[in-house]
Order: sequence, then structure tokens, then C-alpha cells
Amino acid sequence: MYRFNHKDLLGMDQLSVSDINMILDTADAFIEISSRDIKKVPTLRGKSIINFFYEPSTRTKASFEMAAKRLSADTLGLSATDSSIVKGETLIDTARNLQAMNPDIIILRHPSSGAPHLLARYVDAGVINAGDGMHEHPTQALLDLFTIRKKKGRIKGLKVVIIGDIAHSRVARSDIIGLRKMGAEVTVSGPPTMIPVDAESLGVKVVFDPAKALRNKDVIMMLRIQLERQSGILFPSLREYSIFFGLNKELMKGAKKDVIIMHPGPINRGVEITGDLADGPFSVILDQVSNGVAIRMALLYLLIGGVRGDNLD
Amino acid sequence: MITWIKGGQVIDTRSGKKRALDIVVRKGKIERLLPPGNFNPSGDIDSKIIDASGMIVTPGLIDMHVHFREPGEEYKETIATGCQAAAAGGFTAVACMPNTIPINDSRSVTDFILERARRANLIRVYPVAAISTGLRSESLTEFGDLKQAGAVAVSDDGRPVTSSELMRRAIEYARFFDLPVISHCEDLDLSNKGVMHEGTISTRLGLQGIPAASEEIMVAREILLAKLTGYPVHIAHVSTEGSVTFIKQAKEEGIPVTAETAPHYFSLDHTAVIDFDSNAKMYPPLREPKDVEAIKRGLSQGVIDVIASDHAPHSPLEKDVEFDKAAFGIIGLETALPLTLALVKEGVMDLPAAIAKLSFNPASILSIRGGIIEEGKEADLTVIDPNKEYVLDKDSFRSKSHNSPFVGWKMKGKAMITMVGGRIVWESDELNPSSR
Repeated sequence: MYRFNHKDLLGMDQLSVSDINMILDTADAFIEISSRDIKKVPTLRGKSIINFFYEPSTRTKASFEMAAKRLSADTLGLSATDSSIVKGETLIDTARNLQAMNPDIIILRHPSSGAPHLLARYVDAGVINAGDGMHEHPTQALLDLFTIRKKKGRIKGLKVVIIGDIAHSRVARSDIIGLRKMGAEVTVSGPPTMIPVDAESLGVKVVFDPAKALRNKDVIMMLRIQLERQSGILFPSLREYSIFFGLNKELMKGAKKDVIIMHPGPINRGVEITGDLADGPFSVILDQVSNGVAIRMALLYLLIGGVRGDNLD
Repeated sequence: MITWIKGGQVIDTRSGKKRALDIVVRKGKIERLLPPGNFNPSGDIDSKIIDASGMIVTPGLIDMHVHFREPGEEYKETIATGCQAAAAGGFTAVACMPNTIPINDSRSVTDFILERARRANLIRVYPVAAISTGLRSESLTEFGDLKQAGAVAVSDDGRPVTSSELMRRAIEYARFFDLPVISHCEDLDLSNKGVMHEGTISTRLGLQGIPAASEEIMVAREILLAKLTGYPVHIAHVSTEGSVTFIKQAKEEGIPVTAETAPHYFSLDHTAVIDFDSNAKMYPPLREPKDVEAIKRGLSQGVIDVIASDHAPHSPLEKDVEFDKAAFGIIGLETALPLTLALVKEGVMDLPAAIAKLSFNPASILSIRGGIIEEGKEADLTVIDPNKEYVLDKDSFRSKSHNSPFVGWKMKGKAMITMVGGRIVWESDELNPSSR
């Protein structure tokens, strides 16, 4: 019999197709809770969850916190500025100290690729990677898969294009791995300075020009242009970027009529996507956010050791 | 008193031959080399006999590229512990790079290093002085004064000389003092704060990549400067196929360039990083399988003259951290020999050629003694059991640091005795008691 058998969620690469289906199915069961008047079930009562964010985050941090609270877990939020990190403590020492308080799950957002892997080696608590450097952001990929499945009824066989700074995006990496595992075709697009070397080794097609890349696609995923990276080396100006690589109405003329537009947020309106498209009928951007809570509830539940189907009320 | 090393296969690094010879050592020198069975020690009551049957006897191994962290970072390695690690690895001499704290860019630091080495009293330590003051690529150090103090070469290793003009002048000025110039080839702009080789694995792991071109651009520059000045440049730690190609072509054109690689560049590739193992992080980074093959070809064809460890000790403080924050470098003195012998077994080089890259060739490049077994020469010798098998144990290191990606590897071949100037400075406790 299938069992979800993981202590940590460090990346999409560790999940099997059955694992992913199990997480999505569990999220399906959880999504209703968020629409109730009393949005809380006692499933994780008495469990402690630490939200440890070394980087600023609104969406992901709030989403994890909301998910944990709706399952009645106790949550503790830590950020790099109010922790001993500013006093020079190493990640491993911090990990050992947190472990000494015996939490059930530590959720880590960290600017260094591989930091959650390091943490997981030193704590007994389950570790969830909430975004590590340019490496992975697995819960984002799961909520994207969940959103696609809900909107399109399936993932297998769909054609997906991801447009933007693929090279520096942990969201892109996790989405690519997840989508490929679930049988979707993936194309990446953007200026050559933002496409990683040997991108094809990830199992994707590369089409630099978004106008060509988005033709016949079922899903368009836009990535955020990180303003802090805008050093003038990867591209000359936001103005030029938006002209050649931003998603706008003109470009959408070449897209399928039933295409959905996704974006992990936060959006730079008028840079990678125009405001009207972000708010328009193709956009499922806010569905992604709602689904994110359900996905994270499902994951907390599965990692802490639940079996799908029991004790949901 | 004499020491009689009997029954071993003696490597002649000059002729490339291996011969069964007994070696008689007296007063620190190789007194006699003679066919086995021809020596009668009668009269020398006070003799020590080393039974080297089944073993190979080589010139004392020379590692022309190590980082001993003294002065400044003695918690990682001292000159004394570095010398112990070297002796245990079969090395009778090392050249230590100048990126200590303070940097070896003045006579006082060179003096200090030599004084510490004298006190350690184990192996020969040859300081390499900085090319530029403070490794800042702005102005030359006092090559003449440093040479008189005992420096055997100049290098800014750890950093490239970023100014091509300064590098040109360094090569020209070094010529007056017959000082070899050793180049750490890296275009720092192109490395762009990268932490591993740029390729499929960096793409997969989301780690900033260092392209092969970052090294190759500088290799090409150094070759062109050697051509321009007519004076040799030694390329440190070659790691890419492109570098090997450039160096091969330069040698064919008669440009005076020599090159070294490190054992990790022919033993590991970038897949070693997959679990974010910071012991697989070094500069230059571990490259691709095609590069590993090219390094082996370069060794086999004589394009790469030297194998040097680039021994770079770091403590858990620098290594047990996030991969991108971890220090670059691994220790290598105690693994260089078995990893090189593995290449011999693989058929990349014959044994004398491999030993030459660990002794005769670095001695020639640095113009230091050693590298050859001849009557009348200093008795710097290494007795190696090529068949000794063991699993590399973290606790076995004589080095103060343990940052090695080879821990847990099955190794074959070990230095059983290391002799410097006729004195045994390392004797493996696994040496058969009858050999002692």
C-alpha cells in the first residue's frame, strides 16, 4: 500500500508521482476548510511549527502560518533580523538550539541554495524548504500543479511555457521538475542571459522569444523580474525588458483561447506582465494564492504523519 | 651509522626506469646504489635495515602547491602539522603559498615561515612569496629580497593577478632573479562570485556557476605573456579541457610554459557537489567528465608536468555552513599519492612518469634539490607499499583539518617510510615489523 514516507520536503526532486498525487488529493480534501465560517480543524493540535524566514516574504510566510493555524498547530515565526543570526550564530548552531525545543516542523526560507538540506541533517524535526537561494521552492511548484489540475482537469500532456529569469529562479526549477514528473511539456523563454547553461538537461525546450514560445501553450507562467538583480548586466533596463519579454495584450493574440496565466508573485505590474492581464480573465494568480494554503495544510498534515482521509473535521 | 634499504624497486625519474636496487644511506647522503645481494654491511655494526621487498623506493615526493595556514590561521594548520601531514603522505618537501595572514609579501614573513619549518624539523619547506603586495595586483613585492630570504618562487595564488600589465612586469622582473612565476588562472569578473563549475549540476542545484572559460581566458593570457617576455610561467591547478588544449599548443610552439594539476581534478567531477557537500567546493571547481578525461590525457602526454595537492585546510567553522558561504579548498597531502597511483593502475601513466610528476618535475621547475635518486645526493626518499589497501578514515589525518571529499574512499598505496636527509620523518605503524 502506498504511504507518504518523507520526514522533510527539501525539493521536488525527492517526490515521486504518487507522492505528488497524494499531496494534491489531500489538498483537495482540505480546500473546503478555508471556505468555512469557522476555518479551523483540530488535526494538528499540540504540534509546534517554526516558520524560519531568513529572507523577506509576505505570501509564503503568511500562507504557511495560515495553513498551520487552520490545522490548530502552534506556530512561531522567526526572521533573520530578530534571531541570533545577526549575532553571528551559524545555521547549524541555530538548528541545534531550535531542535532542543522539540518542534515538529521547521519551515525554512533561506538565501543560500541547499540550506534546508544542511538544516535537515542536524534536526529531528521535519524540514520544509520554503525557498532556498536559486535552488528550489517546492511548495510553490505543488500549488502551481494543484492550480493547473483544478483549472485544466489534468497535468499530463499539457504544454506549459515559463517566461522570465529562469536561471536565477527557484520557482522555475521546482516547477520544471514537478511538471516534467507529472507528464507536462515545458518550454522556457526569456533573454539568453536569463536562461541557464545546459537548460535542456532539465528536460525543457528553450525558445528565447516569448511571442513564439507561448503559441499553443495551455499554461503561461510568468516569473517575477527581481528588481534587485537589475544590475544592467542581465538586461539593460526594465523598459526594454517589458517591451521584448513582458506579457501584454498584443502578445496574447498568439495564445490559445483557453490559456491560463500564472505568476508566483509578487507582481511587477507593467514589467513582466501588464496590469490588465494580471487582473484579467486568463489570470489565475489569486487562485494560486488560495490554493497555496490548502497545499501547505496538506503537506504539514502528511509530514507530521497523517493518513489521508481520517480526522478532517 | 648507515641505513640499508634492501630489496625495493627503485624509481629512476630521469630514465623512466624501475630497477631492483639496494640503497645505502650514510651521513644523510645516498652513498651507494647497488644490485640486491651485493652489499655486505659487516663493520657497520650500527646499521638500520629496511626491508623494502615488494615496495617501491622513490625520490622524496615534492608538493609544489600547499597552503599551510601559519601565520594567521593556526587553528586550520600550522607549519608543524602541515609538515606532519606531508611526511605521512610521503612528501619530503613542499612549497607553501603566500596567502597567509599576514601575506608572505615581505622578508619578515618568509623568515618566520622558514624559522617555523626549522623548528618543526621534519621536511623541507620552500616558501612561495607573493607577486603583488597584499595580493592586490597593484605593485610588485621585493623579489630580490624575498629570494635572498629563501623564497623559491612568486605567486598570488588564491587570487589571479588581475592586471595584465603587472603580470607582464612580474614575469620580466622575476627573470633577473631566476624566480619561477606561478599563476592562479581566474577571471574574477567571469567567475562572478560563482561557487561551483557552471554546467548541468549548477543549473540543477541553483548554485552560481564558474564557467570553464574563467580559467581558460587567464591560461591563454599567461601563455601570451610567456611568449611576449620569453620567460616561463607555471600554470597552477589546471582543471579544464580548454586549458589543456591551450597549454599543449603553447608547448608545441615552444612557448616556455609548465603546468600542474591536482588529484581531485582527475578523481572527481562536478557531480560530487550534488548533495551540497562543501568538501567538494574548491577553486578551480570540479569540472565535467570530459575535463577529467582531458586532464588525464594531459598527464599522459606530458602536457601537464606536475601533480600538486593544493592542500587547503579549513576547519568546520568555514566548511559546516551553507554551500555558498563555505570556504574554497580541500586538504590533499595525505591522499595525493594513492590517487596518483590509481591513475597508474588505470594505465594513464607508468609509475616512473607518475613519480616524476610528484618529484623530479616540480624540483626542476622550482630549481630545488631532490627529485632523483643518485649516489652522492641527499637521501630524500619515500618507500611506498603500492599494494597497501585501506579505507580513508577521517581520524587518520595528520593534518589539523579534515576537509576531504575522499573520506570513506578505498585507497591503494601508502607511504611506509619518508626520509629527509637520511633521517626517517615518517614510518607507518602498519609497516611489517620485520621491515623495521
